[in-house]
Amino acid sequence: MSILTFRNVSLTYPAGTSKGGASEKRVLDGINLQVASDELVAIIGRSGSGKTSLLNLAAGFLAPTAGAITVDGAPVTGPGADRAVVFQDDALYPWLDARDNIAFPLKLRGVPLPERRAGAQPLLSRVGLADAGDRRIWELSGGMRQRVGIARALAAEPRFLLLDEPLGALDALTRTRMQAFLLRIKAESGAGAVLITHSIEEALLLGTRVVELSPDPGRLTAEIEAGFNAEILNGASVADVKASPIFKRMHAGLTGLIHAGEEELAA
Amino acid sequence: MTLLSELNALAGKTSDTAPARPVRPLPVAVISTLTIGVIIGLWALASAYALVSPVFLPSPRQVVLALYNLVVKGFVDSTLAEHVGASLYRIFGALIASILIGIPAGLAIGTSRIGRGILDPIVEFLRPLPPLAYLPLVIIWVGIGEASKITVIALSMLPSIILSTSAGVRAVSKDHVNAARSLGASKAQVLREVVLPSAVPSILTGIRIALGAGWTTLVAAELVAATSGIGFMIQSAAQFLVTDIVIAGIIVIALIAILLEYVARLIERRLVPWARHIG
Repeated sequence: MSILTFRNVSLTYPAGTSKGGASEKRVLDGINLQVASDELVAIIGRSGSGKTSLLNLAAGFLAPTAGAITVDGAPVTGPGADRAVVFQDDALYPWLDARDNIAFPLKLRGVPLPERRAGAQPLLSRVGLADAGDRRIWELSGGMRQRVGIARALAAEPRFLLLDEPLGALDALTRTRMQAFLLRIKAESGAGAVLITHSIEEALLLGTRVVELSPDPGRLTAEIEAGFNAEILNGASVADVKASPIFKRMHAGLTGLIHAGEEELAA
Repeated sequence: MTLLSELNALAGKTSDTAPARPVRPLPVAVISTLTIGVIIGLWALASAYALVSPVFLPSPRQVVLALYNLVVKGFVDSTLAEHVGASLYRIFGALIASILIGIPAGLAIGTSRIGRGILDPIVEFLRPLPPLAYLPLVIIWVGIGEASKITVIALSMLPSIILSTSAGVRAVSKDHVNAARSLGASKAQVLREVVLPSAVPSILTGIRIALGAGWTTLVAAELVAATSGIGFMIQSAAQFLVTDIVIAGIIVIALIAILLEYVARLIERRLVPWARHIG
């Protein structure tokens, strides 16, 4: 079991930088969070609450101003294949077909072409695209592209999947289908996951835990054990789960919590 | 009346009032062909009625004949194919040299502060200079042979290849780079596997522009100092007032330029079909 830990993590953009503006800007303040590899921690919060910064810190794209991020005790000093990121706009390479996109992490490890293509095939099958390996990226639908993106991340055999609104750009129907798919894939891979999302509903459906970030500066203000993902993994349909009274109650409660925070800020 | 029949009635009304068959506009290609036809026609009339002396404007027939003679017998010791061959040898020699220098230089400008600091002023100095301005200096330095012509042509091609490479490198998607890093890519791998491929469309555009610039420079360079080549052929013909060969040469230059552009576009479409499908 692997553990991703944020210990007292703060992030400040210095004054005079594009993100900092005229004065220095504190984006995240004193974040303490642990994610185990059997979990999917969903992070919600309004725009500007530092959700994406939090993910970028975990990915190693940014370094914290204070505190430390560790994976199994070892400090994160930069990006690495143990923490593969899935991006909102897929970030697939258009000069490679679907199969070679998925095989990309293998190429980075120096696996020869025939072997890495063979290695990509089971992943293609796992994401339901067994016959789409030769397709060009622009020939794929949004949902298919995101499946390729997820398969590519899995090919790196990460200990953690960092999901930056991976379903944010999809239409509602595809999104619902992809939610169940994402849960199944995550469970099969054995990797832990951090999911950034705008959608309270999605956070509750997919998260083992839901964590709320409040803005200015980003602080962890609420943490909820959700557990609906286990029901979906056990065969319950997403629609049924969403229709259940307990889901509705939690959804309303969480929405109220975020709005309360907003009013407090406005007052 | 149901909603459906109401809608149908509405649709029927619109089709009643719709204009009868629209007039199909003339395709651009037809307009262009007609224009060329009219120009050649006016040219033929002008020479048939001797409005202009044949020394200044030979008839289209004479030019075609000159072209035929160029192909078969040649002019100043070489056939048309040999002149064109000499010119193409220079242009492709220069293209290879400028690609070998320009792409690494563009990468250096696009990826490194130091590279930009060193190379930017040199490129900015070279870019606005008309190649003929430095041709005399190049002849002093490397002599009157092939080397000077290839050097001048390569210098005229370099800026567009360098600038398009650095622009392509700088335009690489941040997500593409970050994705590679999070999948375990080293800095060198990011450059080779992500930055370079994503800059290829821009580099190819730069090469296409460079070919155009190089072709212009080539003809000018051959006018000044050469013993073969299509520019030299025109210059020699002009000295003896063989105007039909001058015009035939100009037509050949234009046709080759159009052909080069066409081939370059074809290669672009083959090599980077994805460029048309993103952002």
